[in-house]
Amino acid sequence: MTDIQATDAASGAGGTAEDDAFRVIEARELCLTFETNDGPVHALSNVDLTVDRGEFVSFIGPSGCGKTTLLRVIADLEKATAGTISVNGMSPEEARRKRAYGYVFQAAALYPWRTIAGNVALPLEIMGLDKAERAERIARNLELVNLSGFERKFPWQLSGGMQQRASIARALAVEPDLLLMDEPFGALDEIVRDHLNEQLNQLWDRTNKTVIFVTHSIPEAVFLSTKIVVMSPRPGRVHDVIDCNLPRERTLDIRETPEFLEIAHRVRDGLRAGHAYDDE
Amino acid sequence: MSRSVPLTVLAGGIALLAGLAIQIISADAVWSPSYGLAAALLAGSYLLAIVWRHGAAAAFLLLATVHLAAIPLIGHIGHGEGEMGPAYWALLISGWLAAWTSVTRLTAAARAVPPSAKQAINLLIPFVFGVWLILIWEAVTRGAGVPQVLLPAPSAVWAKLIASLPILWADFVQTFMKAVIAGYVLGCGIGFGTAILVDRSPFLKRGLMPVGNMVSALPIIGVAPIMVMWFGFDWQSKAAVVVIMTFFPMLVNTLEGLSASSAMQRDLMRTYAASYSQTLLKLRLVEALPFIFNALKINSTLALIGAIVSEFFGTPIVGMGFRISTEVGRMNVDMVWAEIAVAALAGSAFYGSLVLIERTLTFWHPSNR
Amino acid sequence: MTMNDVLKSKTFAVGTVVLVLIAIWYFSAVMLNAPFQRELDERAKLSPTTGQFIEATLNQKRPVLPAPHQVAVEIWNTTVEKRITSKRSLVYHGGITLSSTMLGFVMGTVLGVTLAAAIIHVESLERSLMPWIITSQTIPILAIAPMVIVVLNAVGISGLIPKALISTYLSFFPVTVGVVKGLRSPDPMQLDLMRTYSASSFQTFWKLRWPSSIPFLFTSMKIAIAASLVGAIVGELPTGAVAGLGARLLAGSYYGQTVQIWSALLSAAFLAAMLVTIVGFADKAVRRRMGIMQ
Repeated sequence: MTDIQATDAASGAGGTAEDDAFRVIEARELCLTFETNDGPVHALSNVDLTVDRGEFVSFIGPSGCGKTTLLRVIADLEKATAGTISVNGMSPEEARRKRAYGYVFQAAALYPWRTIAGNVALPLEIMGLDKAERAERIARNLELVNLSGFERKFPWQLSGGMQQRASIARALAVEPDLLLMDEPFGALDEIVRDHLNEQLNQLWDRTNKTVIFVTHSIPEAVFLSTKIVVMSPRPGRVHDVIDCNLPRERTLDIRETPEFLEIAHRVRDGLRAGHAYDDE
Repeated sequence: MSRSVPLTVLAGGIALLAGLAIQIISADAVWSPSYGLAAALLAGSYLLAIVWRHGAAAAFLLLATVHLAAIPLIGHIGHGEGEMGPAYWALLISGWLAAWTSVTRLTAAARAVPPSAKQAINLLIPFVFGVWLILIWEAVTRGAGVPQVLLPAPSAVWAKLIASLPILWADFVQTFMKAVIAGYVLGCGIGFGTAILVDRSPFLKRGLMPVGNMVSALPIIGVAPIMVMWFGFDWQSKAAVVVIMTFFPMLVNTLEGLSASSAMQRDLMRTYAASYSQTLLKLRLVEALPFIFNALKINSTLALIGAIVSEFFGTPIVGMGFRISTEVGRMNVDMVWAEIAVAALAGSAFYGSLVLIERTLTFWHPSNR
Repeated sequence: MTMNDVLKSKTFAVGTVVLVLIAIWYFSAVMLNAPFQRELDERAKLSPTTGQFIEATLNQKRPVLPAPHQVAVEIWNTTVEKRITSKRSLVYHGGITLSSTMLGFVMGTVLGVTLAAAIIHVESLERSLMPWIITSQTIPILAIAPMVIVVLNAVGISGLIPKALISTYLSFFPVTVGVVKGLRSPDPMQLDLMRTYSASSFQTFWKLRWPSSIPFLFTSMKIAIAASLVGAIVGELPTGAVAGLGARLLAGSYYGQTVQIWSALLSAAFLAAMLVTIVGFADKAVRRRMGIMQ
């Protein structure tokens, strides 16, 4: 119990404070409509969202609920058609230009012609950092994802899990306060995924970054998050926001505790109420 | 592998025995020690093929014996040019079947050797095929006395080639070093530059891609007479034809290559707020490399064809195409073949060096790993 | 369709590009023909207005670059206005080129498919033959076209066959390479399925490999038929300029008849476009019947 209270104090610090300095994402009545041949598709409809510094927020929902779209709007990879959104108090475009976030895709998207070190160096070269600084950041971030010693390997010589870790190192190398992750472990098998979940939890705990994480796995969302945003499709909207006040440091064993199961149960209820389990 | 004797060995053995039988009973057969030696070596190789069937060592020994037999097999023709009868042809077929058996054994052996040896075997097999192609060509043209005009023997072509090196070199310089290189560099360069420019306008791209694809399929070589009229008889007109022929494949392939990068990778560059030129240099051009090399390879052949064929429409009195068309007129077919050998060598070397550069630059591509 | 859709359509874009190309053609015609026209006018002591001058450059008898309408008129005169049997009819010459193109294409395709089927069944054949097939294409084979024609003529074979042989040579390669790829395209799971049925290699070929290779075959055939036409045209160059589009090109270049060269060239281009389109339609029809639509 003490553990949970301690976490409350830590992760909830931003949540209760009204101070804007702690606010990383602020979205109000966000809408995004795609025009298609079959008429308009409402990918996002009146989405409200706040994310505070240091939080680990998961978006969960069935496919078509707009969770990836919402992440892409935050990253300025899509433009909202209505509503307001700010990232670190700026527009998403300004935030992107200031390289305020690191983005991890569903696939590792590493360049096959660059070594692992070269791939991590890519954003640093684009930012125009000098060689010494690049080398220092590459070493530090590969260490962080336990890939030291693989600098000179090419991506295709590594396993899928290692590739995805390299892509996380690449996102971290930018040294952003905000990490956006779009189903980063979706293509991996469950054993590797469990392992990476644990590592990601430790990483977040150690570095105190804000993470927004898209997933369709309930255990993954509950295991990693401080806050779970349950979304539902047609139109894509936020159905419920569930606080997940487990201790900050977590091991896989936590998934058998009653607290964990209780939160997972609430997420599943939320998904059901949001028609996630209806037949198409 | 089955216990029974393979079909090629059986057929080859029968051919060998039949050849020997005819040689002995027929009255007008040409006799020479070479014939006996070739027959003995072939008999030896068939025995070897039956007794020792497995492994790389057996295959190599068989290969060596068969090629040893090839020397007297060709040498025997010297004892009666144009007078070879069925006894000789049976022996030749038997030799070819023995070579085929050795290649089959090598192929089988290649599965069970380390990768480096495998690579060597993979080079050796087509080489053996080429050697036998030339051996049979030589044996048939000389043994059966095929008229020089119809098809000269490889040895005659080789002799002509050695004797006319200065002329061949001058032709090579005129056609390859001047017309092909100049036209190829200009055509590919302009095609590439145009593609980079066009790529910035989706409208132009939509309009130009189908037109470019269509033009690539057209018989562009037909512009040769026009270019000769515009740019004169010398190499400039040939270079102009080459420019036109190489431009479109390069344009189309580069445009296609520039859109080869996945949406995810372009998004990644966007999250870094990378500029247009950074995305172009660090991502899109690298992804386009296999496509660009595809065009460079297609164009290497097109350029040589363009330059040679344009010379049929008028040249100064030097050049590979000029030499081919005039020597054909004079029925000097051996010279034509010598010129074609040079063209083949130049073409393969050009293509081969492009492949080598491509392998180095696109080592990461799934097809090269 | 809204205005926006029209602007975004491929047809509009292609149409615009083609119009721009024609405009550039006209402009180049004026520029290239101007020097000679100026000379003519000087000799005739004429001082035409700019309009008259431009008009004259576009209607010379032997222009450096004929204007599009001159070529169009020439094509009209030599196709519609002439009897098909006439030696000056482009339809006659086109027909001759087309027949050797088609013969060569059919022979090349049959040869290509046969080689491909042999190559995927005999491993040592692939190892020994495939490298040479690829090398053979790096050789500027069109260079031997005149020799093939002349040599075959010397032994009494003339007319269609020698030209068709050149076309065959040019068209078998894309078919071989494409069909080998196609016959190899079934994934290991599908091949394993055939193994579980204990299917013979003959059955595997006809029921799995061959149908899978059809799309590849048609893609290769589009390349092959264009190559075949080039082979036929080049094959017509050394026959002493008797008949065929290649002969028209050569005759035009001997006598400086630029309009004739361009009309032969455009007819060849039209023929190529038509042939590729026909193969494209056949491709679509077969795909639809087989249920593989893209």
